[in-house]
Amino acid sequence: MTATPTLVKLQPKEFASNQEIRWCPGCGDYAILKAVQKALADIGSRRENTVFVSGIGCSSRFPYYMATYGFHTVHGRAPALATGVKLANPELDVWVMTGDGDGLSIGGNHMLHVLRRNVDLQIILFNNEIYGLTKGQYSPTSRAGTKSPTSPNGSIERPLSAATFALGAGGRFVARGIDTQQAQLIDVLKRAHANRGASFVEVFQNCLVFNDGVFNEFTDRAVADERQLHLVHGQPLLFGKDRQKGLRLDPSSIALEVVTLGDAGVTMEDILVHDETNRTLAGMLAALEPPFPVALGVLYAAPVQSYTAALYEQQATGSPDLEALMTQGKTWTV
Amino acid sequence: MREQAVVRFAGDSGDGMQITGARFAMETALAGSDLATFPDFPAEIRAPVGTTFGVSAFQIHFGSVEVATAGDDLDVLVAMNPAALITNIMDLRRSGTLIVDKGAFTERNLTKAGYATNPLEDGSLSDFIVLPLDIGRLTVAAVEGLGLTSKQTARSRNMWALGLVLWLYDRDRKTTTDWIEKKFATDPAIVAANVAVLNAGHAFGETAELPNFLRPVAIGAAPVAPGTYRTISGTEAVAWGLVAGLKAAGIERMVFAGYPITPASPVLHALVGLRAHGVVTFQAEDEIAAICAAIGASFAGSLGVTSSSGPGVALKTEALGLAIATELPLIVIDAQRAGPSTGLPTKTEQSDLFQAVLGRNGDAPMPVLAASTPSDGFEVAMEAVRLATKYMTPVFLLTDGYLINAAEPWLIPDPAGLPTFPVAFRTDPHGFQPFVRDPATLARPWARPGSPGLEHRIGGLERNADTGDISYDPDNHAQMTEARAAKVAGIAADIPEQAVNQGEDRGELAVVGWGSTFGPIHMAVRRARAEGRRVSHIHLRYIAPFPRNLGDLLKRFDNILVPEMNRGQLVTLLRAEYLLPAERFSQVNGKPFKVSTIFGAIMERTSGNGKGGAA
Repeated sequence: MTATPTLVKLQPKEFASNQEIRWCPGCGDYAILKAVQKALADIGSRRENTVFVSGIGCSSRFPYYMATYGFHTVHGRAPALATGVKLANPELDVWVMTGDGDGLSIGGNHMLHVLRRNVDLQIILFNNEIYGLTKGQYSPTSRAGTKSPTSPNGSIERPLSAATFALGAGGRFVARGIDTQQAQLIDVLKRAHANRGASFVEVFQNCLVFNDGVFNEFTDRAVADERQLHLVHGQPLLFGKDRQKGLRLDPSSIALEVVTLGDAGVTMEDILVHDETNRTLAGMLAALEPPFPVALGVLYAAPVQSYTAALYEQQATGSPDLEALMTQGKTWTV
Repeated sequence: MREQAVVRFAGDSGDGMQITGARFAMETALAGSDLATFPDFPAEIRAPVGTTFGVSAFQIHFGSVEVATAGDDLDVLVAMNPAALITNIMDLRRSGTLIVDKGAFTERNLTKAGYATNPLEDGSLSDFIVLPLDIGRLTVAAVEGLGLTSKQTARSRNMWALGLVLWLYDRDRKTTTDWIEKKFATDPAIVAANVAVLNAGHAFGETAELPNFLRPVAIGAAPVAPGTYRTISGTEAVAWGLVAGLKAAGIERMVFAGYPITPASPVLHALVGLRAHGVVTFQAEDEIAAICAAIGASFAGSLGVTSSSGPGVALKTEALGLAIATELPLIVIDAQRAGPSTGLPTKTEQSDLFQAVLGRNGDAPMPVLAASTPSDGFEVAMEAVRLATKYMTPVFLLTDGYLINAAEPWLIPDPAGLPTFPVAFRTDPHGFQPFVRDPATLARPWARPGSPGLEHRIGGLERNADTGDISYDPDNHAQMTEARAAKVAGIAADIPEQAVNQGEDRGELAVVGWGSTFGPIHMAVRRARAEGRRVSHIHLRYIAPFPRNLGDLLKRFDNILVPEMNRGQLVTLLRAEYLLPAERFSQVNGKPFKVSTIFGAIMERTSGNGKGGAA
C-alpha cells in the first residue's frame, strides 16, 4: 500500500475515468456506476489501491469507466482472475463486476468457488435476467416463460436465485440492492466493502432494451412499500406503507408467513427480528417470492477468516537460499 | 569391466516398483555412474492385482560412460508376477538375466496374465538366464520374529528384490537403509523388517549358489566434469528453475496456480514445498481458473505460472489469448502426454507442439520453449522467466511425461554464476501510457496496482496502441496485430544462435529434434558417426521463435530427418517456415524412442562414404 494518511478523500467524480460510457441511455448500469463511485468516495478509497475485475457482458464494461486499476477479462472468469490479484497482493481492494450470464452461467463454477473459499473481495452481480450484449437471449435468472430470441415460445427453464446460490456456495456475506435506489445500494456496497471475505451483492438492474420493467412489480414507486422488505440487523421484519405488515415464522410448516399487526391478535412480539448471522433465516429471505415482498439489504453477514488471510498465515517465511535448496538431500563431489 | 547396464523392475502397482527403482538409482548415482531413469506406470492407482494393465515398471540405465537414454534393451528384468513378465519380457536382451518371484506364478495369476502354461516350466524362457526365486517366502523368512502382519510382510518383497539387484551391481545399501529409517521413523518394527529384507536379498546373492556366471558386476564412475552432483528429476529441475528465475528477475512473488492432472501434478506438488522462496501456490477449481489466477497475479505484479497437460492446456486456451492481448508475463508449463482427449495419461508424447505454437483464436503468437532432458528443465524454466518478464508475454514451456518423472545426475550450478535479468516495474507516472512500447524489445511497461498515478485499464478488447483504451479502429487493430507478432519474432535476436549439438554444421543428414528425444537422437547419431556416417544432431530449445540462423544451418544439409513422438509437428513447422524437404520420422506408442530405432533410420538415409571419426 502506498496510501498515506495525509491524502484527502476523493470525490465520487474523481473515480470516473475519461472514457465515454457506452451503455444504452437509461440503462440501470449508470446508476450502479454512480453508486459505486459514491461508495468509494465515502469509504475514502484510493484509486491506486483499487482494482475492478470483470468478465464479459454489459456489466463487465464497468472497469473502463473507473479511474482505478481495471481488468476486463474473459467470459465468466473474473472471480478466478481477481483471486489471482489478491494472491499476488492481498493489500489491494478488489471488486468483481459481473452479470447474471457471466457470473451464474458461464462463470458459475468460479462464482461457487470464490464464495466457498471466501476470498477477500466484493462481487457485484448485475442481475437483469437477460443477456444484453448478445441481444436479448434468456439467462439463467430469466423467469420461466420469458420470451426471447432463443425462447420464442417462452423459456422452459426454471430460474436460479442469485442470493440462494451465493448462500448455498457458502458465501459469508450476501446482500441485495436495486439500481435506482441509490441510498440503500450505497449502504449495501459500503457494508460489502467492510466485510473481510467474499461479499456478494446482487443488484436488480433494469435492461431497458431487452427486458424493460422486469422488476417493476417490486421496484415501482407505487408498489415499493408493499413489495420491498428492507432488512436491518436487530430490527423486526416489517414492511408496508405504515409498516403494519411483518413476517412471522409458522412453526408447523417451518415457513415464513405475512401477518398484519393488530390482525387476529398479532403483535410486535410475533414478528421475526432480522439476524444477519442466521443462515437459515437468510435462506428463507433469499427465497421469498410473491405474495411475499422482496428482501433487500444485507441478508447474511457472518464473517470468518478470509482465504487470503489464511493463506498468508501458512505462507512460510524461512530463508530463500537457492544453494541450500539445490544441495538438499544426497549429493556427491567429483 | 562392463561399461553400462539397463535394469527394469516390474510388478503390480502396489508392489513398490517405483520406490525400488528410485532407491537403486540413488545408490547408483552416489557411486558416480551416469544414469537415466524411466518410470512407467499405469493410469490406475491400484489396478486389480495381477492384471497386465496394473503393471508398474521402473527402468534405469547406468554406466561408467555417458548415458543419455533410459536404455533400449534390458540386461536385467525383475518381474514380481506373471503379468509383469508377459508385459516386459520382450525388452530383455538374449542372455539377459530374469529374476522372477516364482511364488507369484500361481494358476490364478498365470490366467490373469494370459499365460496358458507356466513360462517358468514350459521352456519359453530358454533364451535368458532365469532366476526363479520364491521372493515371498524368502521375505517371510527374513522378517520372522519381527512381529509383522502378513500384509506388511508382503509389502516389503520389493526390498528383497532391491537387495539382490544391489548385490548384482556391487552397490552400497547405506543410503537405502538411511532412507528406510527416515521414512518409517515412527514405526521401528517396520524399519527393522525392511532393513532385514533388504539385507536378506543382498545376502542371498552372496551365499546362494547362483549360476556361476552371475557375479557382481561393478560399473564405476562416469568421467564427468568436477563439481558437486545430485540426481534431479524433470519436475525438480523445472520447479527450481522457476524459483531461480524469480530470483534472477528480482520479483518478490510467484503465484503458481494449478489443477491436478497427470502427469503435471508433481510440478504443483514441488512448488508447494518452495513457499520460503516466494512461491504462493493455488489449487484452483479448474484449469481455466488456474490460468486466470496466474494472469491476475501477473497483472498485480507477481510472476504468474500455471502448469497442466494437453487436455488442461486446451481449457486454458482462451485465457492464453487474454494474456497475449493484455501483454502480461505468464508461464504455461505443459507436461505432454499421449492424446487426443484423455488419451494415455501416464504415457509420454510430444503431440502438443501445434497446440503450443498455433492453438489459439486470432493471430496470437507467443514464445515456445522445450526442455530436452530432465535437468535441462532448470535452464529452460529460468529462460522462460527471462523472456516472459522482459517481453511482457506468456511463454510456453514444453516438457513431457517422460521428462517430468525421469531423473539424471546434475552438476549443481553455483548460484552466484546464474544469470540475472532484473525487472524494472514502471513507477513514474510522467508520460505513462500502458501500451507505449520499449523501442528495443517492443514490450509494454509493467505497472502494478498500488502504484499511484499509473492507474489503467486493460482487457481482451482491442486497445489503442498507445493509451490502451478500447479501440475498434481498423488501422489500429492491424498495427497492434503486427506489433504483437514483431515483439515475439524479435526475441530471435535475443536468444542464442542454434548450435549443432553433435557433428559438423553441414553434411549428408541433419537429425533435428526437440524435447525428450534428445537422449536417443544423441546416442543414435554418435553410433552412426562412429560408423563413418556424415550425420549431425541439431536439437531445438526454442521453437517459437526459431533461432535466427536455423534456416541457413539446415540448408547446409542434404537431408533432414525429424524424429518426433507425434505425427510430425515440428517437421511441418520447419517445412512451412523454411520450405525445406525435411522428413517426418514418427513414433506414437507412448514410449520414448529406442536408440536403435533412430540409428536404423540414420543408417538407411546415409551412404556410409563419410570419413567417419571419433564419436
